[in-house]
Amino acid sequence: MELKEKLISSFMAFEEHIDVHSELHDVRTSAIKNFENKGFPTKKEEAWKYTSLNAILKNDYSVFPKHENAIEFAEVKKYFLHEIDTHKVIFVDGKFASFLSATTHDGLDVCLMSSALNKPKYKMIIDEYFNKIASKDESLTTLNTAFANEGAYINIPKSKVVEKPIEIIYFSTGVENALMVQPRNLVIVGENAHVQIIERHQCLNENPVLTNSVTEIFAQKRAIVDYYKIQNDLQSANLIDNTYISQKQESRVSVHTFSFGGNITRNNLNFYHFGERIDSTLKGITIIGDKQHVDHYTLVNHATPNCESHQNYKTILAGSSTGVFNGKIYVEKEAQKTDAFQQNNNILLGDKATINAKPQLEIFADDVKCSHGCTIGQLDETAMFYMQSRGIPKKEAKALLMYAFSNEVIESIKIPELKKRITKIIATKLGVNLGFDL
Amino acid sequence: MLQITNLHASVEDKEILKGINLTVNAGEVHAIMGPNGAGKSTLSSIIAGNENYNVTEGEILLEGEDISELAPEERAHKGVFLSFQYPVEIPGVSVTNFMKTAINESRKANGKEEMPANEMLKLIREKSELLEIDRKFLSRSLNEGFSGGEKKRNEIFQMAMLEPKLAILDETDSGLDIDALRIVANGVNKLKNENNAVLVITHYQRLLDYIIPDFVHVLMDGKIVKSGDASLALELEEKGYDWIKQEQEA
Repeated sequence: MELKEKLISSFMAFEEHIDVHSELHDVRTSAIKNFENKGFPTKKEEAWKYTSLNAILKNDYSVFPKHENAIEFAEVKKYFLHEIDTHKVIFVDGKFASFLSATTHDGLDVCLMSSALNKPKYKMIIDEYFNKIASKDESLTTLNTAFANEGAYINIPKSKVVEKPIEIIYFSTGVENALMVQPRNLVIVGENAHVQIIERHQCLNENPVLTNSVTEIFAQKRAIVDYYKIQNDLQSANLIDNTYISQKQESRVSVHTFSFGGNITRNNLNFYHFGERIDSTLKGITIIGDKQHVDHYTLVNHATPNCESHQNYKTILAGSSTGVFNGKIYVEKEAQKTDAFQQNNNILLGDKATINAKPQLEIFADDVKCSHGCTIGQLDETAMFYMQSRGIPKKEAKALLMYAFSNEVIESIKIPELKKRITKIIATKLGVNLGFDL
Repeated sequence: MLQITNLHASVEDKEILKGINLTVNAGEVHAIMGPNGAGKSTLSSIIAGNENYNVTEGEILLEGEDISELAPEERAHKGVFLSFQYPVEIPGVSVTNFMKTAINESRKANGKEEMPANEMLKLIREKSELLEIDRKFLSRSLNEGFSGGEKKRNEIFQMAMLEPKLAILDETDSGLDIDALRIVANGVNKLKNENNAVLVITHYQRLLDYIIPDFVHVLMDGKIVKSGDASLALELEEKGYDWIKQEQEA
């Protein structure tokens, strides 16, 4: 049976064993209908022109994990930011792993989507926020909505500055031959509140995994949200990340996406503005090789005056890897004095690597500052010669240059331990020991 | 120290060096002067191993060993240093870390242990004082946002750290104000001894007031057309290069 049919026929069974109130049932039903009509996206669609899901849809995925799989903390410690204390919401094969997690209800909610969806005390919040900014039209998002049940639920009350970062990690054990998981996260950050979140998806063996994740983030007035996505997965992992961000007046939201691994990775990142003087930051570093594929598909929808957006994506492609950057800035007629900036720099290390870069600016206001820059090139030969002439061998010189290339983005990581971790991953990725911590 | 014989080199089929002969002994300072486009920077790049140029004929011996086939880093490990006319910016890599990597790579290539951290710190302190470099400067990203003078001073600082046998200074005086020029020249003079040699590539005589050369060579159209002592530089400053051209043609 094809995956699409399998999912549709599973939907009935899923609805039966899950106890939800009727509004949610309606949301799910219309979502599965949308997916049924549209199916999985194909390369015929403009938005998916450079990314084909065909090959990965052929696996016979289990869409509901059959049993709970336990893993020891020691086995997976390295995937945590264990140097510092964090709130943790951890999942194994799509199921909540309480023994790896550290949730809280003390002054803020860091807990489970399934409880939020099912417990009456959360009903008002769910009614107000759940599926309110996520697309009701995009097929993969609606597929996730239809099956939305588990994930992280984070609610930060007004004026709360969350001291500890929150880690959300989805592990796949590979006990199932092939597994599809559909995490659903909801993050609500109250007025003047501040939170830092790190999200990671990690396979633990080579069996194929398809993750279709949806995250909704609501930043209220003057809220500050820093969101970091670490994608450094095994070759068997496929990730479709759909993130929707709703920003109110004077809020500041940044999303950093570090794409260092996986088979096919697609990041759909969407920012919507509802208020003035909003600041949105989208940054990414992609370093991949072999036949890996990473596609960044971003949208910043400037709908209100006096807002800013800053995009900076750096990509290094080795081997036969392929990268895509499609960055759309949409400035509505009302959005006067918008300041939107987009930069995308790409380095191709070999003849077989490919990048498709497509900046898209649609501007309907007449008093705005919008700029974009896109470069595609190789490593600077003069810089290579400079370093070699100081005795630094070619391989190390290359690594230093690539590190320097990514540095602008690394510098804006606000959690020092995470910054260290990312630079370490980059050094490993580049295969060098430079004799000092970058 | 350095012996260049009948060196021909080209880039994209254009011959730039047309038979250079040059011998530099340990303990000597040589200056190479010449008009723009004569091939001065090409010569320094080629000695340091820039792979963009093809050496079509001739040889480059460093202490009797032919280095013309070696990679730039291998030449560096053998003691060649090139101070760049336009030093490259490396964001995110501090001056200190860059030097640590460079020094330890050289030591590794020469079969030595890595330099212990305290020794490294001592060396950095000593050499930064020599070039009147503020310590804060050393934790900044290499050359990023440095002024022209700071870049050049940092080049000589790196030279001081690496203690090369043959230092080539390519237009080190360009972009320097008089104070920076004095500091840079003073640094070079202090590093100079009977076991190393310096090759100064310059367009103007100015730097040679501070770093007194033993020999001055005039490079024109890919060839050394005249050699002399320090007084030749003064003569060039006064009369320009045309008289040599005329002398050549005569």
